[in-house]
Amino acid sequence: MTAPTIRAHGLTRRFGAFTAVDNISFSVGAGEVFGFLGANGAGKTTAIRMLTGLLAPTSGEAQVAGLDVASQMDQIRRRIGYMSQRFSLYDDLTVLENIGLYGGIYGLAGEQIAQRSSAMLKRLNLADDLVGRLPLGWKQKLAFSVALLHDPAVVFLDEPTGGVDPITRRQFWELIYAAAERGTTVFVTTHYMDEAEYCDRISIMVDGRIAALGTPAELKAKWDVPTIDELFVRLARPA
Amino acid sequence: MTATLRAFMIKEFRHILRDRQTLTILLLMPLVQVVLFGFALRSDVRDVRLVVVDPSPDHATLALRARFAAAGRFRIVAVTPSMQTVEIFFRRGEGDVAIAFDPAFAARLESAGPARLLLAVDASDPNTATTIQAYARTVITSYEAEIGAREGQPVRIVPEIRMRFNPTLESVNLFVPGLIALVLTLVSALMTAISLSREKERGTLEILLVSPLRPWQIIVGKVMPYLGLAFANVLTALLAAWLVFQVPFRGSLALLLAESLLYSTVSLSLGVLVASRTASQRVAMLVALLATMLPSALLSGMVFPVASMPPVLQWFSTIVPARWFIIIARGIMLKGVGLEYLWRETMVLGAMTMVLMTAAVRSFKPRVA
Repeated sequence: MTAPTIRAHGLTRRFGAFTAVDNISFSVGAGEVFGFLGANGAGKTTAIRMLTGLLAPTSGEAQVAGLDVASQMDQIRRRIGYMSQRFSLYDDLTVLENIGLYGGIYGLAGEQIAQRSSAMLKRLNLADDLVGRLPLGWKQKLAFSVALLHDPAVVFLDEPTGGVDPITRRQFWELIYAAAERGTTVFVTTHYMDEAEYCDRISIMVDGRIAALGTPAELKAKWDVPTIDELFVRLARPA
Repeated sequence: MTATLRAFMIKEFRHILRDRQTLTILLLMPLVQVVLFGFALRSDVRDVRLVVVDPSPDHATLALRARFAAAGRFRIVAVTPSMQTVEIFFRRGEGDVAIAFDPAFAARLESAGPARLLLAVDASDPNTATTIQAYARTVITSYEAEIGAREGQPVRIVPEIRMRFNPTLESVNLFVPGLIALVLTLVSALMTAISLSREKERGTLEILLVSPLRPWQIIVGKVMPYLGLAFANVLTALLAAWLVFQVPFRGSLALLLAESLLYSTVSLSLGVLVASRTASQRVAMLVALLATMLPSALLSGMVFPVASMPPVLQWFSTIVPARWFIIIARGIMLKGVGLEYLWRETMVLGAMTMVLMTAAVRSFKPRVA
C-alpha cells in the first residue's frame, strides 16, 4: 500500500474550555473517497479547517499530501482543492473568467487554462455565461471541477451537495468517482446518509471524537444495523 | 507568485467593471459633488440685494452706487434716506446688505479727510455674510484707488462694518481639497470594505485563503484597482473645480497626485481593517461610514475649522487622516507650496499607512468566521 495522502495523529483543537476536535487519528489513501460524517457541531468543519490551513491545531499533527500541516502549509496549498458548503465561484464573472482566475491563482499557464477550461465546458455541457445565471446544480458541479482544475492530490468537499436535487447529486457523485479514479483523494462531508454508502470508507464524528471508522459494510456488520443512517442516529444520540 | 497576484487583480478589475451602475456612480461622484457643493456654496452670494441709504446724494455716492450696480454680484433693491428702512428690509429678508453714506461724502473724500460709510450685513448666515462683506469691500477699495489715481493723492474711505458674526471666509477654493479627501475616503475605505466583506459573506474568501494566495496578496489585489479608481477621481474633481469654478491650482500636480495615492492607501487600509473585523457586508458598510466618512467630513476642517472645535474634538481630529490630507491639498493647490512645507503632514500620513496596513494584514490572518 502506498503512503497515505492524509494522515492525522492525535489532532486536537480547543476554543477556550471547549474541545471542538478531541484527539482524532485517521489516514486516507490515494484515490480513496473518504466520507467524513457527523452531526452539526460534531467538529467536522473544525477538522477540515485544520487540514486546509485555515486553523492551527492546538495539539497533535497532520500531514496532507506527505507534507506537514504545521510547517509546510505553503506547499500544501498548491496540492489541495477545496469546495465549501457555500457556493464559491463569483456570480458576476463568466464561467471562463472564474476558471481563469483559479487557474491563475494556482499558477497554471495560459495555455493549460485554455485547454482545461474548454475540456471542462464540454464535459459539463456548459456554455460560457455569467455564473450567476446558472442553476444551483450546475454551479456546484462547476465549483467542483474548478476545485480540481490544478490536479490536486486531495480535494476537500464540505457538504458539496446541500440543496441540490437527487439527479444532480447522482451526477455529482459520478464526478467524484471519476476524480478518485484519476488518483485524487476525495475527502467529503455530507448529511445525506445514502451518499455515505457511496464512500470507500467513512468516519463518524461525535462530540469531537471519531466514534466509528471503516468501510460502510464493515460498520454495518459491526454494529448490526441495516443502514448507515441508523448507525449514525444511534451513535449521534446515545440512548 | 506574481502570476497568481495578477490573476487575482484581473478578477478584481472585472468585478469593478462589471458592476456598471456602481462604477458610473463612483466615476461621476467627484464631478457631481464639486458642482453641487460649489454652487450650493455660491448661490446665496450670487445675487446680493443691496439697500442704499443716501441722505444727501452727491456725485461720489452716485458713482459708488453705480460701481456696486456694475460689479455684477449686487442688485440695488432700494435707495432710502434713512437707516430705519434698512431694518425693515432685513427683517423681511428682502435685503442682504446695506450701505449707508455719511452726509457730505464727496466733499470729505476730496478734501482728504476720511469719508465714512456704514456697511451693515445680514449675518444670519455667517458664511454668506462674510463673503458679501468681502465683495463689498472689494468694490469700495477699487473705487478708492481709482479716485486716488485721478486726484493724484490718496483718498480714504473708511467703512464701518456691522454684523453679528465674523467667522473666517469660506469659499469653494477651500472646499475642493476637502471634497477630494471625501471622495477618496468613499472610494477607498467604503468600497474596499464592502468588496472584501462581500467575499467573506459569500464564502469565496475561504477558497482564496485555502489557495496559494497569501493574505498580503489578497489585500494588494483588492486595493490596487481601487487605487486606480481613486486616481481617476482626483483628476475628475480637479478638472471640474478648474472648469466650473476656476479654482486655482498653484502647486505641483504630480505632488498632489502622489499625496492622494498616499491618502488613498491610508483609507484603503482602514477599509480592509473594517472588513476583517466585521461580520457582514451591511455592518462593514455602516462601520466604514461611521469610522471614515463622518470624521472625514466633519472633523477634518473641511467644513468646520478645526480651531473652532472644542479641545476634545481638536485632539480627536489629529487621528483623522483627512485632516492632514486637507492641509496638504490646500497647501499645494491654493498656496503652491511643496514638500518643504508639507513634509510633516506627509510623514503623519506615511506613519498612519504603516500602522494601519500592518494592522490590516495581521487581522487578516487565515481565520475567517
